[in-house]
Amino acid sequence: MSERTLPLVFINLGGEMLYILDQRLHALNTSDDNSEKVMNDIVGTMFGKDFMDELLKPQQLYSHRTMKTVLTRLAHASIMRLNPASMDRLYELMVMAFKYQVLLCPRPKDLLLITYNHIDTIREFVKDTPVVGNKVDETHRKIIEIYSSLPEGEFQLLRQTLLIFFQDMHIRVSLFLKNQLQNPNGRFALSTSGPVPYGMDVPGLIRTFDRKGREVRRSEFPTGGSYTSPIRKGCFELHGDRVIRLGMNMYTVNHPEETHTSKAHSVKVITDDTPNLLAKEELNLLARLMGSMKADDMPKTETGFQINLFTTDQEEEEEPLFGVINIQAMQDEQAATQLAQIAGQFAEGEEQPENLSSSKGDDLLAMMDDL
Amino acid sequence: MYHKEKSIQVKNSASALYNNLGVLRIAPRHLTYFTVVHANVVNMVSASWDGLNYSHRQLQSKEPNVATSTSLIMQAAFCPLPSRDLLVVTSQKGIQMYESDGSIMVYWHALDTPETPTAQAVFARGISAVRESYICVGVSSGAILVFDVPIKGSNITLSEVLKEHKESITDIAPECSGQPGMECIADLVSADDGGNLYVDCIILWKGTVVAGYGTGQIHLYEAVTGILHAEINAHARWIYSLDIAPFSGLLLSAAEDSLVRVWHLTMTPETNSVEVAHLHNECVTDTQICGAKFCDGDGYAFAVTGYDLSEIIRYTQS
Repeated sequence: MSERTLPLVFINLGGEMLYILDQRLHALNTSDDNSEKVMNDIVGTMFGKDFMDELLKPQQLYSHRTMKTVLTRLAHASIMRLNPASMDRLYELMVMAFKYQVLLCPRPKDLLLITYNHIDTIREFVKDTPVVGNKVDETHRKIIEIYSSLPEGEFQLLRQTLLIFFQDMHIRVSLFLKNQLQNPNGRFALSTSGPVPYGMDVPGLIRTFDRKGREVRRSEFPTGGSYTSPIRKGCFELHGDRVIRLGMNMYTVNHPEETHTSKAHSVKVITDDTPNLLAKEELNLLARLMGSMKADDMPKTETGFQINLFTTDQEEEEEPLFGVINIQAMQDEQAATQLAQIAGQFAEGEEQPENLSSSKGDDLLAMMDDL
Repeated sequence: MYHKEKSIQVKNSASALYNNLGVLRIAPRHLTYFTVVHANVVNMVSASWDGLNYSHRQLQSKEPNVATSTSLIMQAAFCPLPSRDLLVVTSQKGIQMYESDGSIMVYWHALDTPETPTAQAVFARGISAVRESYICVGVSSGAILVFDVPIKGSNITLSEVLKEHKESITDIAPECSGQPGMECIADLVSADDGGNLYVDCIILWKGTVVAGYGTGQIHLYEAVTGILHAEINAHARWIYSLDIAPFSGLLLSAAEDSLVRVWHLTMTPETNSVEVAHLHNECVTDTQICGAKFCDGDGYAFAVTGYDLSEIIRYTQS
């Protein structure tokens, strides 16, 4: 499918991650200094030239496992430390938010507007640190350069590739449920009313023509929905009104309550029947991405701080929801070992995972703890 | 006009791909086969007409070697030919052809994939049986591969490569007037990615091209001249599937806007004109539809698939 998904995946998922981190850091009364440092460090690494250049190379979209490993590493590019349960929840929130945005994206090209909404907010987060702000601008320019000229069909292919990536994920997010964007069964609500996407016509009209191209008849038909004309076009430049709201920060200070995720009752755990050996290509990508997160972007100070993003009662009563990872761990320990080894090589200032050689039988999640 | 029947449960959910539903009616055995694509797997269900027996099968996309990552399937479609029916599956790596029940793979054609990925994705999409013994498959480069299919056996050969298009093929359709032996002026119509209006579904019926667009519009053209007969503002989102019941002229359209619509096409040969009337709507709540097909040549029943849904929804005329 599409070979251009990675940059959009990272910017959008990374953006959602930053929105959540920002909200939680404020809710937990973290000092302004620490908050700013965390955001600057993560954004600086994510938009670092080497990392972005790796992402921009044409390549496949790999597994959730790889994405999560890299995003965890990105989160730990700051002085903040997340425990594995927090990281799991965080990933679920990020992915469900992006899935919602991709699903409801009015036209395939509007995926760029969603991405630019994320970039605009990220730019705000780091506005007091010009060095990092420049990196964001530079990346934004590259994205505009590469993606602006793609035809609509290419964007639809990109969107279809992303939808396959998100398939079967129905984790319930309290904020979505509250705003009725998501049903209790975990599925998103799709409306049959409202404005049609920019460039489309409101349904309901049949026009018939004669052989000379003159319209000879018009008739209307009932559409089963109530559609209105499109709103204005969004701006695809470096700055401007994006118009569509998908990709904007849902976790503003007006929603101080914590957002949590839960499994819908009828959701079956995703089982992957195909042997999912981490293909050589995927491991290569992982190694390149980890390597491109520069050493001097890593914090030198030892004074990190632990953060528990979500309340412990929640964690105790719910079983790990991201069933995919648990099941795969049983099936391909060799791949899990390789993954942990690569991740372990880049663990700056943290102890090297000692137990790798005797890792057979270890839970993959335990290995991720060593990151 | 139509009412909902009992759905058929499928092992996996449907992926968001165009024309993601294959239907083949096996009248002598009172069975209908259905195919739904999920990432790198084709789910096949064989359903008996009395609704009592269902059997399931899964087909995987073929990997050239173990070291590469999984190849995603773009489309699975049945190709009914006079002598035999085949199931064709297209993916990022190539084209697989099976006996219609999915039991044996009779042919594999690998696509030329470059060593390091280029920006242009490589895949095959757009499947059609043409005339007596050909199967045509579109490729992302814009080429259409024409395969010669013998009456039986696996000696299928690539006989020709048509290079009319410059952009990725989105869909191909044969002339399906439903009247065997009739002279066809045009055999095949194909659509591609290029241009401002993105065509993703196409049908050719009695010399009329019916095209479904990313703008939600359906256009009817005279095949030979390209003259526009009619333009319908049909859907509020991208159209994902079009199908025609050749004996009755019923047209089915389905889109990401959750709606399936049934239309009626009438030809007036004297005036060379085509009329289209809207007959019926079905809304599949909170679902982006990715496949909709009639289950028979008269349009008495149709089936629908949607992204993230693990069932095939069926409707029958009341």
